[in-house]
Amino acid sequence: MKAIVSVIGKDKKGIIAKVATKLSDLDVNIEDISQTIMQNFFTMIMAVDLSESSHNFEEVKQELTATGQALGVEIHIQSQSIFESMHQLTTNTTL
Amino acid sequence: MYTNKEIIETINMVSHQHLDVRTITMGISLMDCISDSKTRTCEKIYDKIMSRAGNLVKVGEQISSEIGVPIVNKRVSVTPISLVSASSRGHLEIIRTLDKIAEEIGIDFLGGYSALVHKAMSPYEEEFIRSIPEALSTTNKICSSVNVATSKAGINMDAVALMGKIVKECALATKDNDSMACAKLVVFANAVEDNPFMAGAFLGSGEDDTVINVGVSGPGVVKTALEKVDGDLTQVAECIKQTAFKITRVGQLVAKEAAKRLGVSSGIVDLSLAPTPVVGDSVAHILEEIGLESVGACGTTATLAMLNDAVKKGGIMASSHVGGLSGAFIPVSEDAGMIKATEIGALNIEKLEAMTAVCSVGLDMIAVPGDTEADVISALIADEIAIGVVNTKTTAVRVIPVYGKKEGEYAEFGGLLGRAPIMKISKYSPSKFISRGGRIPAPLHSNKN
Repeated sequence: MKAIVSVIGKDKKGIIAKVATKLSDLDVNIEDISQTIMQNFFTMIMAVDLSESSHNFEEVKQELTATGQALGVEIHIQSQSIFESMHQLTTNTTL
Repeated sequence: MYTNKEIIETINMVSHQHLDVRTITMGISLMDCISDSKTRTCEKIYDKIMSRAGNLVKVGEQISSEIGVPIVNKRVSVTPISLVSASSRGHLEIIRTLDKIAEEIGIDFLGGYSALVHKAMSPYEEEFIRSIPEALSTTNKICSSVNVATSKAGINMDAVALMGKIVKECALATKDNDSMACAKLVVFANAVEDNPFMAGAFLGSGEDDTVINVGVSGPGVVKTALEKVDGDLTQVAECIKQTAFKITRVGQLVAKEAAKRLGVSSGIVDLSLAPTPVVGDSVAHILEEIGLESVGACGTTATLAMLNDAVKKGGIMASSHVGGLSGAFIPVSEDAGMIKATEIGALNIEKLEAMTAVCSVGLDMIAVPGDTEADVISALIADEIAIGVVNTKTTAVRVIPVYGKKEGEYAEFGGLLGRAPIMKISKYSPSKFISRGGRIPAPLHSNKN
């Protein structure tokens, strides 16, 4: 499954490193990454691929939530299909 | 491709604006469960629903987790039980079976304790309708509906007269619980066969054997989007349309995916903007954002008409098959803005009735004093049903004459059903009109062939 990981919160050192390390540990491949300050919040968005991961979606989600709590930021992972469905006119995606 | 801004917009819709999918409703035909034995009918119903919907809740939760959007309810709708029980007369045995199934598979509601009597009631249908108070007062998750009129058949006033009494009996049967059974009973004109919303969901005979229908929500998302619009009403309508498109696309994704994972047909997406009692999830607040001091003010019907139309225009483009009720809902007890407007005296039953002429679905979740006569309830139903019949649209009445309570008090239902301020209703008698019985003929313009 292709998914979007979003990290939103107060900026601090090591957020990218810690999230990237966690994803690497989970065998989740990062395909794209961008970072910006949006509405006064640090916002990092990663496009990831879970197809090589030995962990299922729920496990990856739980691990990332825990990482977010440790860092004091909010981490979401969602199937990319939700964003394609809502923001692209043409879509044939499934989860 | 979508932008980072759009990703954050979606996340905010869920985190701050109550975006959710209100329901995945699995429609299951029980036609092949009909038998002349009560026991055999119940066994077949149990086996069929368990085999089809056993995983419904689990699949719903999986999809919800993967897309990051809550799916609030998982529900089942079935063939009208008045048809399924016609041979065995086992309607009360069937409802016990259905209630047990609903508990076992963990769904929130099961709809279809229903009868379609728009032209006439057969003896077994009348017997069935008379069982509704017992059925609803002795079960938790079962919902019931009765279709008393269509634009083609006219209005079955014998059924309307009976339903006034049934509503009162439901109120009495659950008198210790603010007459809660009435919140699970809908009287319809032009009922639809693929409605995913309760209490009026049932699976019509023209539908597939098993089908997934999805109901979206999202008044909070529309309201937030409108906060940024400073332009004229054309721009307001455009904003609603674009937002409805996005909301409906979520419903379409869920419908398609749930059907695939459960191995059944994907049916329709119902575009209705369903409010909840939570602050920030109100249809009334959308109308107020457009420019009314309070819902109920002059201008309410016009703004609601525009909202309803714009939601449809955005939603239809976003979904392969639109169906169900598909319009803005205005249930009083389930909408914080409607409750407030009633409390301050800005909204009354007469204005609500006018509003139902331009939106789905009718006089919904309206509490009236417990001493309201059955004839008055019947006449309230007749008025609302006439709006549906003449305008060739679905209308419905879900009214609660709250036992032992009077105007100004509250009925407390909790959860999605919320709390209802008890409203004033005309006490002038319509008894002679109701006691005439018979059928109000179909309107001229329904003869289109």
